[in-house]
Amino acid sequence: MDKFSYVNATSLKQVTSLLSDSGWGEVMMIAGGTDLLSELKEYIETPKTLVNLKTLPGMDSISANASGLKIGALVTVADIAMHPTIQQHYTVLAQAAASVATPQIRNVGTLGGNLCQRPRCWYYRDETVNCLKKGGDICYAVNGLSKYHAILGGDPVYIVHPSDIAPALIALNASLKIAGPEGEKTLKVEEFFTLPAANPFRENVLEPNEIVVEVQVPQPKPNTKSFYLKAREKGAPDFALASVAGVFEMTGKTCQTASVVLGGVAPAPWRSAEAETALTGKMINESVSRKAGAEAVKDAQPMNDNVYKVTLTQNLVSRTAMMAVS
Amino acid sequence: MASWGEASQSRLIGKRIARLSGKEKVTGKAKYTFDINRPGILYGRILRSEVAHANVTDLDLTRAEELPGVKAVIPLIEVGRKVRFQGQEIAAVAAETDDIAKDALRLIYIELEELPFVVTEADAMAEGAPQIRDDWKGNQSNPGTNKNGDVEAGFAEAAVTVEATYHTPVQTHVCLETHGHVAEWIDEQNLTVWASTQAVFGVRNDLARRFELPANQVRVITEHMGGGFGSKFGPGVEGHTAAQLSRMTGRPVKLMLTRKAEHLVAGNRPSMTQHVKAGATRDGRLIAYDMRGYGTGGISSGAGFQAPYVYHVPNRRTERFNVAVNAGNQRAMRAPGHPQGAFAMDSLMDELAEKLGMNPLEFRRINDSNEVRQAQYTLGAQEIGWHRRNSVPGSGTGIKKRGIGVGSGLWGGGGGRGTQARVTINADGTVEAVTGTQDIGTGIRTAIAIIVAEELGLSPTDISVKIGDSGPGLPSGGSGGSQTTASVAPVIKTAAAAAKQKLFEHVGPLLQAPVDDLRVGTGTIYVASDRTKTVAWRQATGLLGQESISEGGTWDQELRQGGVAGTQFAEVEVDTQTGHVKVLKIVAVQDCGLAINRLTTESQINGGVIMGLGQALLEERIMDPQTGRMLNANLEDYKVPGTFEIPEIKSIVFDTHRKVTGVGEPPCIPTLGAIANAVYNAIGVRIRELPITPDKVLTALAEKKA
Repeated sequence: MDKFSYVNATSLKQVTSLLSDSGWGEVMMIAGGTDLLSELKEYIETPKTLVNLKTLPGMDSISANASGLKIGALVTVADIAMHPTIQQHYTVLAQAAASVATPQIRNVGTLGGNLCQRPRCWYYRDETVNCLKKGGDICYAVNGLSKYHAILGGDPVYIVHPSDIAPALIALNASLKIAGPEGEKTLKVEEFFTLPAANPFRENVLEPNEIVVEVQVPQPKPNTKSFYLKAREKGAPDFALASVAGVFEMTGKTCQTASVVLGGVAPAPWRSAEAETALTGKMINESVSRKAGAEAVKDAQPMNDNVYKVTLTQNLVSRTAMMAVS
Repeated sequence: MASWGEASQSRLIGKRIARLSGKEKVTGKAKYTFDINRPGILYGRILRSEVAHANVTDLDLTRAEELPGVKAVIPLIEVGRKVRFQGQEIAAVAAETDDIAKDALRLIYIELEELPFVVTEADAMAEGAPQIRDDWKGNQSNPGTNKNGDVEAGFAEAAVTVEATYHTPVQTHVCLETHGHVAEWIDEQNLTVWASTQAVFGVRNDLARRFELPANQVRVITEHMGGGFGSKFGPGVEGHTAAQLSRMTGRPVKLMLTRKAEHLVAGNRPSMTQHVKAGATRDGRLIAYDMRGYGTGGISSGAGFQAPYVYHVPNRRTERFNVAVNAGNQRAMRAPGHPQGAFAMDSLMDELAEKLGMNPLEFRRINDSNEVRQAQYTLGAQEIGWHRRNSVPGSGTGIKKRGIGVGSGLWGGGGGRGTQARVTINADGTVEAVTGTQDIGTGIRTAIAIIVAEELGLSPTDISVKIGDSGPGLPSGGSGGSQTTASVAPVIKTAAAAAKQKLFEHVGPLLQAPVDDLRVGTGTIYVASDRTKTVAWRQATGLLGQESISEGGTWDQELRQGGVAGTQFAEVEVDTQTGHVKVLKIVAVQDCGLAINRLTTESQINGGVIMGLGQALLEERIMDPQTGRMLNANLEDYKVPGTFEIPEIKSIVFDTHRKVTGVGEPPCIPTLGAIANAVYNAIGVRIRELPITPDKVLTALAEKKA
C-alpha cells in the first residue's frame, strides 16, 4: 500500500472537517479495516490520510428498549450476532451478522463498515483492470465472467452489494443516522443504498464528508417471525450467491405483513415488493410461497454465467416464507 | 533376509504415535522458511507481468534503484523478449524493509506491447487463434495415441455403450506456506539457503549448478515446510533470484511469493477434457473404450492423465494432446494425472452400469482384477451402508436428497535407492538419526524416530532426528511419488541395526554372552538365553567411554514394496433448492503395506480425502478470456475446503503386508469419482464437469425438469 498519515478521531466534528475538502479517496475513514485494508494493499484505494474512527467516544454500544434498538456504527458484527435481545426479537439481524465472514473478521468488523463496504467483484478488485466503477469505460462482467454478478438492477455496473446486515436492516425497516458538516440527518437504510444507474461509482448516498454514526431499528411486533437465509458455495468465509432477509408478521399461518429483501443479487440490497405483495394477507403454504419466489425474480435479467441465481433466489424466497409457518 | 518382523513383536511400529513436531507446530514454535530472520536481512520482491502476452519494449530500473533503502534491483527479462503469461517475472528488488521493496516495484518502468492471447483451452483451439508458442505449430501438441486390441470389434460385441465428455479444470496447489527462500552467502564460495522445499538436495544441486559452486558449498535447510504437493522440487526463478540478490548485496535476502504469485506461477494440476465412448457386454464386462482428450498445462505441455483407469478394457484406443494457453506452467501435483482420470473413469463406470441395469459396485467387481481392491469393496460398502443407496437415482423424497457413490484408485509408492543415513549412539545414551530427507508433512521425522527406537528398545522421543539439512552430506531424494518413507525407512532401519550390533559388541563381555545372544528390551539390553542377565541402556552406552558409535545404513529392497489399491465411498446430501452439495461421510479404504505410524498414516488419508473433496466441489483456476487475467488468484474466490466442508472421514488403514509403502498421494484419487457418483445417486442428474458447484447443480436440475 502507499504511505498515508494516520489521525485518531476525537469528535464527529473533527472527522467531518477532515473529510470535507478532499472529495473521494484523499481522506478515508477506517474502523475495523477488514475491507479497507485489502483495498489499500491492492492499491484499489490510495488515500493520503486515514482517520481512525475507533477512538470516537460513544459509538460502540447497543441500546435496546421497548421502542427498538440503537446500534452505534462502531459496534462489531460479532456483538450484533451475539446480542441476546437481537437474537430473540430481531432474529434476522442476528442471523445475518452471524453469517458474515469468520469469527476473526466479525470480532473487528463494524456495523458502519459492513454497510459501507465496497464490492467484491473480481474485476473491481484487480488494480490493473480499469472498470466502469473505477472510472473506466466498461463493466467487464457484461462480456466476461459473471457467476457472482447481479441479476437485478445492474445496468450499467453489475456488481452485487456484499453486505449481509443491510438486507436484514431494511427488512426490519431500520433507519440510519448520518453526520456531516451541517449536522445530523436520519434516513431509512433502504434509501441509503443506490443503484449504479444513479451513481455508477458509489453504492450509497453518503457524501465524501459524511459518516454513518448509528442505526435505529424499530421493535418488531410480538407476532413477528424473521429469518436470514444465505446461499454460498463454501460454509465460511464466503459471500452470498444470494440471500434473503424475511420479516413476517403472522397471525397463525396468515401473513399480515411481509418484508422480503434480497442480498447478493443486485448492486444494492433489493426489496422485493412483488414477493411482499404475494405473501401479504395470505395463508402461507407451498403454492403461495412458490408464487412469492417466482414474483421475486420475475424481472431478473441474468448474464452469461448467473442464470442459476434466478432459480436460487426464487427458491430461497420460497424457503424463507415457508419457515414462517414451520 | 531382512524383515520388519511380526506385528505381535512390534513395540512401536504400526502403533498410533503422535507427531514429534506436533506441539511445536500448533504452538507456533516451529520455524518455517517464512519465520527465518537473519542479522542484516533484506527483503526481496518480484515484479510480475499483469498481462498474458506481450513484447517487452522498454524496462528501466533507475527510479527503483534510487529509492532510499533499496539495495539491489535486477531485471528478470530482457527488452525484446516476450512475456507469455500473467505472473511472469520482470524484475526483482532487495530492500531494507518489505514495504520499501513493495514501493520499489512500483517505481520500475516497464513498457509492454500487448499481443493477442489465449487463456482457455477453447480459445486456444479455435480457428484463427493466435499462435503462442514459437516451437509448436498451432496451440496443440501432437497427439499421443495408443491402441490395444480391436476397438471396432469390441463395440460390435457391446450390449450397451456410453458416450460422454468429462472435464476437470486447472487446480492450483495452494501451499499454505508459499514458495520462497532465505539466501545467505557465508563468503564468496559458500551459500546457505533456507528453502520451503520438498527436495533439500534437489535445491542444493540446482543452486550449485546455477552459481557454479561445488555442491558441498551450498547448504540447504528445511526444518519445517508448509506444503508442497509436488510444486516445490526446485528453487525456481524466485530461489535463483533470492540467491542472486544476496550475492549482489552481501546480505541475507528473504524472498517469499505472494499468495497471488503462488496461484499464478508456482504450478498447477492441468485441466482434463475427455470425449469418451465405451461399451460393455450384457454380462457386465468392459469390452471397448475409445477416448480422445486433452488438457492444458499452461504455456508448457505435460497435461497427461490416466485413461482408462483401474478397470481393464481389452479393446481400447486413446488419443491425448496438450493445449498451450497463456498461463502459468503446470507442475507435478499430488498423484499427477490420477484424480482427474479417476473422476472420468468412475463416472463412466456408473453410467455404463446404469445402462446395464447393474449395481455399480457389482459392475466394478467384474472388471477389477485387483484382489486387494475386491476386499476393499466389501469392507467399504459395509462401512458406508451401500445397501442404503437409492436403487433408482434421485428417487429420494424431500428437498435435501442423499446419495452414495464409489470411486477407485491405484498408485506405486515403493521407494527407491539414493538415501544415506547415519545412526549415532553416544556414551551418554543419546541417539541421533541423521539423513537428508525432508518432512513434507507426512511425518517422516516421527517415522524415523519410531524405527530407530524400535530397533534400540527406546522411546521415539529419545531419538534426536536431524533431517531437512544438506549440511551433513547425507543425501536423500525429493519427497515425490509417495516415495519418502519407503525410501528412507529401510536405510534408517539398517543403520540402527548396525549401530545396535556395534553396541552389543561392547555389551557382550560385560554380560558374558555372545553378541548374537543379546537383545534389546525396553531401555535395556539382555541375554536371550538368560534373561536375568541385563544391563540398562545408559549403563551399556557408558561402556563407549570417549567414543560414539556411528553407523550408516544400506538400501534393502526386501523392506519395501510398491503398488497400492484404494477405494472410497461417499455419502452426500444435495440441497435441491440451493444446489449445495454437502459431503456427509467418506469411507477411505487405503492399501498401504506396513504403516510405520498408524496415526500419521490416517492423517495422510484424511488430508488426501480433503484435497480430493476440494477438487470435486470447490477448486478451479478461473481465467478471464477478456483480460487474460486469473480472476481468483486469492483465497476468497479460489475456494479450498474449510471447516464446514470437512465430512466425517473414516480412514481405514488397509495393511495387506509387512513392507513399507508410501501413501502420500493415493488417498486423494478416488474421492472425486465417489463424490460425483454420490451426487448422481442423490439427484439423478449427472454432472460431468468439476467442481460440482451450486450453479452446475441447479442448472442440471432445471434441465432435467425441462
